Amino acid sequence: MAIAHGMGHSVKRKEDARFIRGKGTYIDDIKLSGMLYLDIVRSPYAHATIKAIHPEKALAIPGVLAVITGKDLEKYGLAWMPTLMSDKQMVLPVDTVLYQSQEVAAVLATERYIAADGVGAVEVEYEPLPVVVDPKKALEPGAPVLRQDRAQKNNHIWHWQVGDQAATDKAFQGADIKVKQDLYIPRIHVASIETCGCIAQWDPVDGKLTLWMTTQAPHAIRTVVALVAGHLGLAEHKIRVISPDIGGGFGGKVPVYPGYVLAVAASVLTGKPVKWIEDRMENLQADSFARDYHITAELAAKKDGTMTALRVKTLADHGAFDAAANPSKFPAGLFSICTGSYDFQSAFAEVDGVYTNKPPGGIAYRCSFRVTEASYMIERMADILAHELGVDPADFRMKNFIRPEAFPYKSPLGWTYDSGNYQAALKKAMDKIGYAALRKEQAEKRKKGELMGIGISSFTEIVGAGPSHTFDILGLKMFDSAEIRVHPTGKVIARFGTKSQGQGHETTYAQIIAHELGIPEDDIAVEEGDTDTAPYGLGTYASRSTPVAGAAGAMAARKIRDKARKIAAHLLEASEADLEWERGKFFVKGSPQRVKTIQEIAFAAYTNHPQGLEAGLEAISYYDPPNLTFPFGSYICVVDIDKGTGEVKIRRFVAVDDCGNIINPMIVDGQIHGGLTMGLAPALYEEISYDEDGNIRGGSFMDYLLPTAMETPRWELDKTVTPSPHHPLGAKGVGESATVGAPAAIANAVVDALWHLGVRHIDIPITPWKVWKALRAKGVTE
Amino acid sequence: MAHKIRVTINGTVHEADVEARLLLVHLLREVLNLTGTHIGCDTTNCGACTVLMDGRPVKSCTIFAVQADGRTLMTVEGLAKDGQLHPIQEGFHEKHGLQCGFCTPGMMITSCALLARNPNPSEEDIRWAISGNLCRCTGYVNIVEAVKYAAEKLRSQPAAAGGRS
Repeated sequence: MAIAHGMGHSVKRKEDARFIRGKGTYIDDIKLSGMLYLDIVRSPYAHATIKAIHPEKALAIPGVLAVITGKDLEKYGLAWMPTLMSDKQMVLPVDTVLYQSQEVAAVLATERYIAADGVGAVEVEYEPLPVVVDPKKALEPGAPVLRQDRAQKNNHIWHWQVGDQAATDKAFQGADIKVKQDLYIPRIHVASIETCGCIAQWDPVDGKLTLWMTTQAPHAIRTVVALVAGHLGLAEHKIRVISPDIGGGFGGKVPVYPGYVLAVAASVLTGKPVKWIEDRMENLQADSFARDYHITAELAAKKDGTMTALRVKTLADHGAFDAAANPSKFPAGLFSICTGSYDFQSAFAEVDGVYTNKPPGGIAYRCSFRVTEASYMIERMADILAHELGVDPADFRMKNFIRPEAFPYKSPLGWTYDSGNYQAALKKAMDKIGYAALRKEQAEKRKKGELMGIGISSFTEIVGAGPSHTFDILGLKMFDSAEIRVHPTGKVIARFGTKSQGQGHETTYAQIIAHELGIPEDDIAVEEGDTDTAPYGLGTYASRSTPVAGAAGAMAARKIRDKARKIAAHLLEASEADLEWERGKFFVKGSPQRVKTIQEIAFAAYTNHPQGLEAGLEAISYYDPPNLTFPFGSYICVVDIDKGTGEVKIRRFVAVDDCGNIINPMIVDGQIHGGLTMGLAPALYEEISYDEDGNIRGGSFMDYLLPTAMETPRWELDKTVTPSPHHPLGAKGVGESATVGAPAAIANAVVDALWHLGVRHIDIPITPWKVWKALRAKGVTE
Repeated sequence: MAHKIRVTINGTVHEADVEARLLLVHLLREVLNLTGTHIGCDTTNCGACTVLMDGRPVKSCTIFAVQADGRTLMTVEGLAKDGQLHPIQEGFHEKHGLQCGFCTPGMMITSCALLARNPNPSEEDIRWAISGNLCRCTGYVNIVEAVKYAAEKLRSQPAAAGGRS
């Protein structure tokens, strides 16, 4: 018989059944009758004027139906679309391209291969223009102004600052010790194994658009489509967005890409369903990037190693349009978490956004927006300062951590951390890895000239976007939702405003409901991703599903329990106050034999409900969280470096995470394994860079290096549990912690191995070539 | 010009008239509606499209359908027999070897080929065998566990041999 496991159990995933049989339904698995295919002509130049587009040869190919250009879209007011950052972005250019692989024209055809033939046959005449790829040069006087559509005739987008500048400057003036370091966090790409795509189906009779789409936020997309295309007669009740099974998201499936808009336009134009699926190179070369932060950071400290102040100045390269998928009210997202796990007296951070001839973005790459940048910076800086002082980096952190009794802790940059115990997490990681013995081994190896390093990262995350006072998407508050319907036989359908991309919501949400109502997980179906059926929510990203929608699930279940109590009182002829709840049943206090199970109550809700109470057993909750949640952890990485080749070998990596109360330990561990691997990736392998002409390097999986099973270490996990005081289940969210925390641990380990040689910093990705060069520069030859 | 091909897939013979340029993965997905085999890149790196051809794992995005003429293929849809999951499918479920599920069919097929030639692989063997298949979700830890689970199960039930195709 099925039982209700509830929270804290490694329930095997419900969604696996279809995936292990190859029966998932991803976007490209959907085929509709009469469906057309759309493919995109892209620019070979990073900056050029379009002199002419010649579609004739493409149109001569049997099966090619249309070639759509920016001028065509302009007639309908669709050549540009708004971004979430008060900027606008070209759907198709009317006269100028601003980055390599930018969409230039769309080909519509009866078959996929014919559409590709059409793309190859469209002839475009370009006149190349000067290219700006370096954001520093983009701000120099006389730099080519990339966005001629703006009134402002330079490449500066915005300036944002936070903190007390005067107090911070003063703290630096009087400081015993100061360190300063430039850190570049390169442009990277989430590269989910499924690329993006959609099928748009316009029904000219009903005037209804159905859009199957690889989106992490289907409801927000529906509203955006209604706002953008309202002037063409698309109203929100006539738009249905369906997010089918999603093959990984990591933030890359939050934005609206031109291909989606083109497919919708093509379907409206033809009255037929239109499919657009990007290939991998299009995905890497033109979809939203992440990171690309040029940071200069400074720390001030007392002689005894107490950090007093942090000052950070950053250039943010946003590419050609400011199209960041950033739902906060701050242009640099949550970068102001950059004081990290430490108790600073003062801090000041400023960020300037800059246009360059690169694809627009950014997105978060599996973190809350700009949190990895912040965390990497403070954890690198803490290590640099500890090394400057000649203090053990673990002791240094222990000394500077926010004390457990200081929570809720108000940071100098304005956040209120909900709960934490940083000392306990670091201590646990040190014990697990055998920190003292490793330091001893390192000292012995150093005597022999061998290079071994130990790196720590004690990060604090900020997730669960978010409280409506701090977050919105085009004004939409960032609540999320759950609707629970208990059927007469006690079985449940529950629908949520989020959308899993592999996180296992069908299982964990069922566990939350099972925990609250005592109905077995097997009796609970969870659905997401269809705007015609699910309640309105803002989607899954920034580790917000458990903190926000999970909370909504608990709150909706509690509403159902409240009604169930009334029905139970009626059935048991007792007063509500005399009833006691034990998971799955109400009984009369002192008379446990007088009991009604939740299933009996559900049946009565439809067959024998009390007078004065409506029939049925359903509830809905829209949960606007009072605060964000602040997961944290301490990671320790041990590396060995080959002096001959510069290769970095990760010998061990211990990750102690604290995500509050845990719903499903198996799934949490899986999330951490994946997050760590996406932290390893930019630390050692992944980078998208550009040559001075704006040609992309890293535009295919041939040279954009995702870690394989051979590079990925066997991660060692442990945990502490510090519940969130404001979340109804005490949970905090975990999907991204490891991506945030891991890069600094790896970089710190490498520099720890090389510090005694005089190496102070190596920018990620730390390739063998960079290490080899650093070693040779310090005279290490062997 | 269309070419007539005859391919045995998961025990069923299929005949089709295909263009010379049609990729095997598109034959499977578009012509035969076997959509469990996925496409994740254009450069033979990701392995989402891996199928067994005459018992060997191949990336079906880099083989033309005409090259499969006369061959025997197995795809993810052929793993379960008579409603009974293959041990590798069980392993992925039991050990949480999948998250989004997109790389999973290719991973399982590659693992089956490994277990057919090496019934008792070490962790290193497993990691090497799946290194042509990219996963972005799991960090590979539980995929390795899933393959170990399947190896053990297959060793204890030789009848369910991993090399069947």
